[in-house]
Amino acid sequence: MTALLLAEFADSRRFAEAARRARGERYRVVDAFTPFPVEGMHEILEQRKSHIRVAMFIGGVATAAAAYGLEYYSAVIDYPYNSGGRPFDAWPAFMLVPFATGILVAAIAGFATLLVECGLPGLHHALFAVEGFERASQDRFILALERPADDDEMRRALDFFRAAGATALREVDA
Amino acid sequence: MSVAAIRTEPMPPERVRWTLPEARSLDAVNAIVTAPLYERELWSWRAWWIGFAVSGAMTVVFLVGVTVVLMRGIGVWGVNTTVVWGTAIADYVWWIGIGNAGTLISAMLLLMRQKWRAATNRFAEAMTLFAAAIAGVFPIIHLGRPMYFYWLTPYPNTMTVWPQWRSALIWDFWAILSYILFSIIFWYVGLIPDLATLRDRARSKFAATVYGAFALGWRGSARHWHAYETLHLALACLGVPLVVSLHSVVGMDFAASLMPGWQETIFPPYFVVGAMYSGFAMVVCLAVLVRWGFRMEGLITLAHFDVMAKVMLAAAIIMGLSYATEWFNAWYGGDHAERRLVAFEFTGAYAPLFWALILCNVVIPQAFWFGAVRNSVVAVFAVAVAINIGMWFERILIVWNTLSHDYAVSMWRLFIPTVWDWVTTFGSLGLFALMYLVFVRLVPVVSMHEVRKLIDEEGAS
Repeated sequence: MTALLLAEFADSRRFAEAARRARGERYRVVDAFTPFPVEGMHEILEQRKSHIRVAMFIGGVATAAAAYGLEYYSAVIDYPYNSGGRPFDAWPAFMLVPFATGILVAAIAGFATLLVECGLPGLHHALFAVEGFERASQDRFILALERPADDDEMRRALDFFRAAGATALREVDA
Repeated sequence: MSVAAIRTEPMPPERVRWTLPEARSLDAVNAIVTAPLYERELWSWRAWWIGFAVSGAMTVVFLVGVTVVLMRGIGVWGVNTTVVWGTAIADYVWWIGIGNAGTLISAMLLLMRQKWRAATNRFAEAMTLFAAAIAGVFPIIHLGRPMYFYWLTPYPNTMTVWPQWRSALIWDFWAILSYILFSIIFWYVGLIPDLATLRDRARSKFAATVYGAFALGWRGSARHWHAYETLHLALACLGVPLVVSLHSVVGMDFAASLMPGWQETIFPPYFVVGAMYSGFAMVVCLAVLVRWGFRMEGLITLAHFDVMAKVMLAAAIIMGLSYATEWFNAWYGGDHAERRLVAFEFTGAYAPLFWALILCNVVIPQAFWFGAVRNSVVAVFAVAVAINIGMWFERILIVWNTLSHDYAVSMWRLFIPTVWDWVTTFGSLGLFALMYLVFVRLVPVVSMHEVRKLIDEEGAS
């Protein structure tokens, strides 16, 4: 359990500006919850880059290679079949299956990586119990930061976010 | 070609808004889109129930038709030893064309940064899924021995045989299978954040549980959105070539043969543009119905119809050029069979259908040169319906003309559709409508998170 301070904004620009300035003020911004992707938020939070594309590339290329290998094995080694004198390894005709299956598995690999990186499926999360959090998927922008330890700093943080345009501030354990 | 058709679109001036004022706030978007799911009392649903009953009855007719074909064989159709492909294969090509367009439109417009796609991509992608699923039925029931269709898959078997990888029909199988599964993933990924919105707006525990389960626990955190955007863009990049390859393969089903009128290098791109064309027309029809049925005038605006009409106009011109190229090549190539086929197209037994095709696909869409037509929802809808009918004529004529009029004159024989041809053709329309009607009751028809982003950006400009 971490003690969090949730600052809620009604406007995406004020929210992004507050997130940027909060970093400058050395508040420990943990995460941000928004109803649509707010540009630059990932960079502001300095989160790890996604490996989705790498996973997709590997999944796609490996599958395409395996598919071609299967075609080669069946048509050249296991069941060579002379069809009008065409070469057994008719690579131009063999291209479609590796291409289509490669793209399919790349998509599956990408989706699987998305789930892993996002920690999904995870139907329960402590934040879901927080009052007002349901609006993060609708029309509110919520910044989550580690709750400052001492009261003075806490007061300063509350003032800071109020001045930045926060519509609500909540202390929660999540 | 299809890429160029969209790229030549003039970028909308900054002030053009893809939403009307009543939909221009985040909560207004949520309210408008979720209303059909959560505020059902706002509608009488009479039109929906009528549609449901009619399409349900047509679906039963379709199932009866499929059962009869499976039990008595494909001889119940009008196919004969000369025209071995009848309406089933034409219907397949027509449906797979429509099935192509949703992902093509959605993915390509995403790559082109066409913001207006936000309001249309969800129901276009749903159209793709249902149309592609129906398309997949036709080649299977058209097989002489449909119970062996799984022989298309490579699996170790006691017969020790393998699929013939050089066959265009094997390509078809893999292309369709990959495409349908890919489209489901693409559609579902885009749906997850909206399912979370539905979960959070739910008024009953049941709705919250079901939508919550499908939302997988989405919280819209910065990490979630980063992963989402990365994946969605990468899928779009892969989706476009997959779609192009799929319909190219459908074109090669014909072009890889030795028949007059079929063995043409123009077929793959010509089929892809045709797919985009009929798909856009179907999207427009669905957009009109969704907009009218769910009062989404604020989200699907006249500007949307204007821009989609321009895309269809460009596609109509490309289709006209493709037809003309075929006729020119037949004449210029000098091959007797090819020339005879074109003469048969223009004047033969199916000529009335052929001229209807030209009228629907090339002539009528020229009305889109006029702004007044593009800005009239009724007119755009009417032209789109004409295009869909014209594209169906095109698909049946590609099959009927060539097969009924090939090299050996002694083989010439016409295809006359039987009642079972019509049952499976119109029945499949009923099944499509039924699936669509169920879809609009269960899933938000417009992508809420993308429209929210659009509104936010428009507010900034």
